[in-house]
Amino acid sequence: MAGEEEIITQLSIFVNNEPGRLAGVARTLKDAGVNMKACNLAESTEFGILRALVDDPEGAFEKIRAKGLIVKKTGLVGVRVEDSPGALFGAADVLGRAGINIEYGYAYSRGGVEAFLMRVDDPGKAVKALGGAGIPLVKSSEI
Amino acid sequence: MREYWNPEMECMPAGELRELQGRSLRRLVERLYDFNRFYHDRMRAAGVLPSDIRSIDDASRLPFMYKEDLRENYPTKMFTVPNSEIVRFHASSGTSGKPTVVGYTKGDLEYWTEALARSLTSIGVGSDDVLQVSYGYGLFTGGLGLHYGAERVGASVVPSSTGNTERQLELMQDLDVTTIACTPSYMMHMNTVAKRMGMDIRRDTSLRKAILGAEPWTESMRRHIEESTGVRAYDIYGTSEQAGPMFSECAERDGIHVGGDIMMVEILDPATGERLEDGSEGEMAVTMLKKEAMPMVRFRVKDVASLMKGECACGRTSPRLSRITGRTDDMLIIRGINVFPSQIEYALMRMPEVGDQYMITVSRDGDLDHMTLQAEIRSEAFSDKVEDMVRIRSRIESELKKYLNLAVAVELKAPGELPRFEGKAKRVIDKRVY
Repeated sequence: MAGEEEIITQLSIFVNNEPGRLAGVARTLKDAGVNMKACNLAESTEFGILRALVDDPEGAFEKIRAKGLIVKKTGLVGVRVEDSPGALFGAADVLGRAGINIEYGYAYSRGGVEAFLMRVDDPGKAVKALGGAGIPLVKSSEI
Repeated sequence: MREYWNPEMECMPAGELRELQGRSLRRLVERLYDFNRFYHDRMRAAGVLPSDIRSIDDASRLPFMYKEDLRENYPTKMFTVPNSEIVRFHASSGTSGKPTVVGYTKGDLEYWTEALARSLTSIGVGSDDVLQVSYGYGLFTGGLGLHYGAERVGASVVPSSTGNTERQLELMQDLDVTTIACTPSYMMHMNTVAKRMGMDIRRDTSLRKAILGAEPWTESMRRHIEESTGVRAYDIYGTSEQAGPMFSECAERDGIHVGGDIMMVEILDPATGERLEDGSEGEMAVTMLKKEAMPMVRFRVKDVASLMKGECACGRTSPRLSRITGRTDDMLIIRGINVFPSQIEYALMRMPEVGDQYMITVSRDGDLDHMTLQAEIRSEAFSDKVEDMVRIRSRIESELKKYLNLAVAVELKAPGELPRFEGKAKRVIDKRVY
């Protein structure tokens, strides 16, 4: 599929919003040998959603599920922001014109790669629109 | 001011009352045997015929009725009169998704109103009084029941129903309300709201009496209410299966006077169904001697109480019921609304997003009851978007509101987070202090 390597797999894990729950989830990931490269925690009053980029997302997904946690895979799109001022604005503008909704996003910075990762309602369409507009995207192999 | 509403019935010598009850019971059973399929079959199964009921002592030969019987005969299969004779319906919580529907004939409304007229007269409420009915009007029996009872004794009724407390307090003040009928927790809530408005119920209103019921309360709550508002508080009892709230304490406040010509109360050992002596606490079974639309014979109410010994100083000879001290089932009463955990289970079962495990916590925040439900979500329903999860939670809340007619705060939990039970599940934590 075109643009597949520009779609980055994120794992989301449901966390009860009680003292010690995040620590419990983090310990489970450690015990399962899952290495987190980036993460973001979204929270509501009584629950949180831990979103993470990990090594070997497919293998990690199975390991986490086997530990009894609720986990879900989602495709993100990452816009490179290190050499191109205004890239984030450009990306948001392109997506807006294409009618693609940005659900949430967070920054990523590691190994010289600086990017803004976005959860959009249709990642395939987003990659095509952004690529067509010349916006530099991160490949999953670069994460 | 009348001392008794119906002195003939209220002050009838005990022996005469027993004879009257015996005759009423025999007539009732004859009618049910002929016209009520359900009770006919139950009598046949128990090997008892109408002719076996020669006095009130023979009542113990009759089979019991249970809440489940009402569910199985939902909505109107239990009725013994043609639809044309039904003049009203009320409904209360059933043990599963379906409510319990009660139908009333003109005669049923008559004995209900009569019972309340006696109760109101016994606490000195009459034509000089303004009575604010702050029980819910509608399917719940409290509002309309008290309304007609109060009109019968000639009181001026303020049918304010529940909610909008500030407006209720203004009306109380402006209309010189002397008496209120509501749940004890709503009375306490009104007092809190009054204080917030800079109003003192004792100083700024004419309210002197409160008729409180529809939920369990205690002597310490009575003292608290009386000390903080200056009212005299009276306990009232009745369930929708019986008609609605009906019987109250008199001015002596030494037990709830039960009109023996209307309702026969038995106190049973809940395990064996054997009748207990007066003064012993047990499970109530009631027989509604004048009921027409929907029979209630030895109906196991599941309320725990005792019948009191001796006679009341007020001169009424009617049997007296103690305060209700508990339940023999898992029914909860939250803000005056009956809630069965099985109803919640039924509602949850119909939502694909949630699993089988849940926990209910009931607490009292200030004066009002709050119910929180923790439910485990299914992995398939999980989304990485907070918005989706909040939507699932709101949907559970609105479904529960629909089934229970009660606002419930929902907390989503991960699978495996809630306790599992071996044997009997304990899914309800009631933190309220009475």
